[in-house]
Amino acid sequence: MPRDTEQTPPAAVLNEQPAAVGDRLLAVANGEDIPSEVHDRVREETPVLEIDRFSLWYGRKQAIHSVSMPIPHNQVTALVGPSGCGKSTLLKSVNRLNDLVQNVRITGDMRLNGDSIYDPRMDVIDLRKRMGMVFQKPNPFPMSIYENVVYALRIDGERNRGVLDEACEVSLRGAALWDEVKDRLRDSALGLSGGQQQRLCIARAIAAEPEVLLLDEPCSALDPIATGKVEDLIQELRGRYSVLMVTHNMQQASRASDYTAFMYLGRLVEYGPTSDIFTKPILRETESYVTGRFG
Amino acid sequence: MSFDHSRRRGARSPFSSLTAHGEPWVWLTAGSLAIAVLMIVGLLGFIAIRGAATFWPQPLVEVTLRDGRQTLGEVTDRERVPQPSGEAGVPLERQLIRTANFELTGQHYEWIAADAIQASRLPEWATAVERLEGGRFHGFPVRLLRDGEPVATGAAAAWREYLQIRPAVRRRFLEACRIDRRDRGNLQQQLREARLDVVAAGLREGPESAAVATAEAAEQALAARVASLSEELDATTERLRAENRAWAFEFTTADGQAVVLPVAQMVQAWQPNRLGFFGKLAVYGARWQEFLTDDPREANSAGGVFPAIWGTVAMTLIMAVLVAPFGVLAALYLREYASGGPLTAAVRIAINNLAGVPSIVYGAFGLGFFCYGVGGRIDELFFQASLVADNQSTFGAGGLLWASLTLALLTLPVVIIATEEALAAVPKSMREGSYACGASKWQTIRRIVLPRALPGIMTGLILAMARGAGEVAPLMLVGVKKVALDLPIDGTFPFVHAERGFMHLAYLIYDMGFQSSNSQAAKPMVFTITFLLVAIIALLNIAAIFIRSRLKRRYVMQQF
Repeated sequence: MPRDTEQTPPAAVLNEQPAAVGDRLLAVANGEDIPSEVHDRVREETPVLEIDRFSLWYGRKQAIHSVSMPIPHNQVTALVGPSGCGKSTLLKSVNRLNDLVQNVRITGDMRLNGDSIYDPRMDVIDLRKRMGMVFQKPNPFPMSIYENVVYALRIDGERNRGVLDEACEVSLRGAALWDEVKDRLRDSALGLSGGQQQRLCIARAIAAEPEVLLLDEPCSALDPIATGKVEDLIQELRGRYSVLMVTHNMQQASRASDYTAFMYLGRLVEYGPTSDIFTKPILRETESYVTGRFG
Repeated sequence: MSFDHSRRRGARSPFSSLTAHGEPWVWLTAGSLAIAVLMIVGLLGFIAIRGAATFWPQPLVEVTLRDGRQTLGEVTDRERVPQPSGEAGVPLERQLIRTANFELTGQHYEWIAADAIQASRLPEWATAVERLEGGRFHGFPVRLLRDGEPVATGAAAAWREYLQIRPAVRRRFLEACRIDRRDRGNLQQQLREARLDVVAAGLREGPESAAVATAEAAEQALAARVASLSEELDATTERLRAENRAWAFEFTTADGQAVVLPVAQMVQAWQPNRLGFFGKLAVYGARWQEFLTDDPREANSAGGVFPAIWGTVAMTLIMAVLVAPFGVLAALYLREYASGGPLTAAVRIAINNLAGVPSIVYGAFGLGFFCYGVGGRIDELFFQASLVADNQSTFGAGGLLWASLTLALLTLPVVIIATEEALAAVPKSMREGSYACGASKWQTIRRIVLPRALPGIMTGLILAMARGAGEVAPLMLVGVKKVALDLPIDGTFPFVHAERGFMHLAYLIYDMGFQSSNSQAAKPMVFTITFLLVAIIALLNIAAIFIRSRLKRRYVMQQF
């Protein structure tokens, strides 16, 4: 799934709207590196995850250009940016799902609570157990609702019924799904509606008490009502989990996140508290993107 | 703008609108499908009609010829032939009549020209008898005899009496057969084992050793016991057979000869001209039952095909059990673990080509590798006594196990290819979800990928079973027998005899169609066996499809 980062330089678009789009985006479109604007308040938070000069190549195409950003502890951080800007790639780099893709090369590092993620001695399986991830499309496993939720515990070898039952209930309550499914935990998870499936995936992701929760456009395949429920859920998770969320939806980012990072063509452009990004960003480029004038 | 639009529309020809809508393509594709469906339905319908009609009782026609000869039989065929001398004129019609009574007339069937027939009628009491030996008999009942004395005289009375005594006679007959086959077979088996023990002891510890003496003593003791036991069996069977021998049925043929048939020899008898629809249905059912449950008689041209049904089903199931894990594991490695280099591509191409190798090649391989190679080595190691004493191989010849293994090999490519496709069709999102939970590769495969791919794997297995069950050529080399009444699973220790030869319906079709001495009588039977084979394969497939649909409901439901 190599992304065309070199391609789609919206040069024509940029030229048409030179006033709205600043020089930094033009520079990026021309393949130049730019400094990232990271607000001071981000740096004041305790980071759970630190991305440190991280670059990634799919074959010969560079998808991420030296991104550095701390992800604050127990806060919701949203990654926004036009399609193909490397948000999802960055997210999948955090739990090293990109290892599964052929011909991926990286430089730089990420640190989860101080442990280097790309350390050769790091056990990937262990690493992934410390994170939870929710994908664009709900991907419940072909098994019962109960088994879906306790999947992470099962593969860890947990057999104690009491522990499993408790984890199942806690996670489903945490994902605001318990009341809807408590009477049919043994039914196939594939019989749930799309919104329920996505909340089930969130329950599955939080069942193993992850240090970071990665959400990859969790609402993009859902209808508005289901989206509303999942957004409410993200609100509830705030303060309890450190969430890193990719989204296309500006309203969602502004409603549901504490911090917002704007990425463009593999570069981090601006990163700061959500309210600042949406109301008084440092860069005109960010403003034009979040207000929908570009992208 | 609107002017342009209307002008374009006006200029368009009716044909261009057709092609624009793609209707000719719909017709073409629909036509192709219709032809395919027609061929399938036609083939199956033809086989079903011809196969199902075999056992329906046909009326018995008594034909009086111009030369005064009379004959009784079923009209099985009619045709028009040109005038013999080559003159112009109306072609002659002639009928093929199943005259039966081979021992009297020397023929089973006779062509009779229409102009040679003086009269034909359907006599009420005309009787068709299916005999143990000698084929079909057609005649009229005269009287029932016991020890040569008439018990009932006259067609109606004799027939009534026959129907009364027949079940008991049949029961005694089956009992005697059972004793001969099973009890006596057991004794023979024990004797043989004792004798082989002697040989084995000699091979192991030398011809003069104490072990040989012990084994010989044991053998003699057993021989004495077997002798007394088999005397008892002899007495029993002799009593049963004597009781049966007493009963005989005297018939007269159409041309007046008296024929006395022992009742025990009459397997089925019916009077088609007297029977109504339900009576015929009962005869039809009885003949089907005999066909499905009985052993074959008279070089497979009569009787049932039970051992062949058994052999076909057992071989297919064993093959499926062998090929499934093997193929799935191979496909798993190929799809999940092997890196996508040129070697993997070469292996994949090789497997695809393997699917196209003629099946007889697999048969030759199976004979050389499994029977002579593996089986020969097993014989040398474990069954040497039998090899030395009787020059008889145990596993070193064709048998059920080797045939199943050969066919498993033959169908392996089908299973591998189907499994690979099923594995590839598992959504990437599911694997990623599992990895993201911290699952290892094997955990992901076992818990997510395999269950999800199971319906697809079942599809491959269904295809493999359909192919394997209909395969004949390799079987002829690795274990199929013309006659093998001893089933590979029976009551004698060790109960499963995978080394035994077996009968197979597909081979029986070939054997009956091309090797039978009575080819006219074999023809409808060939259709019936074909029908049966198709039905069995369909049944196996339906069972597998049923399992697959349940798996599908469980694992592959739509997500929205």
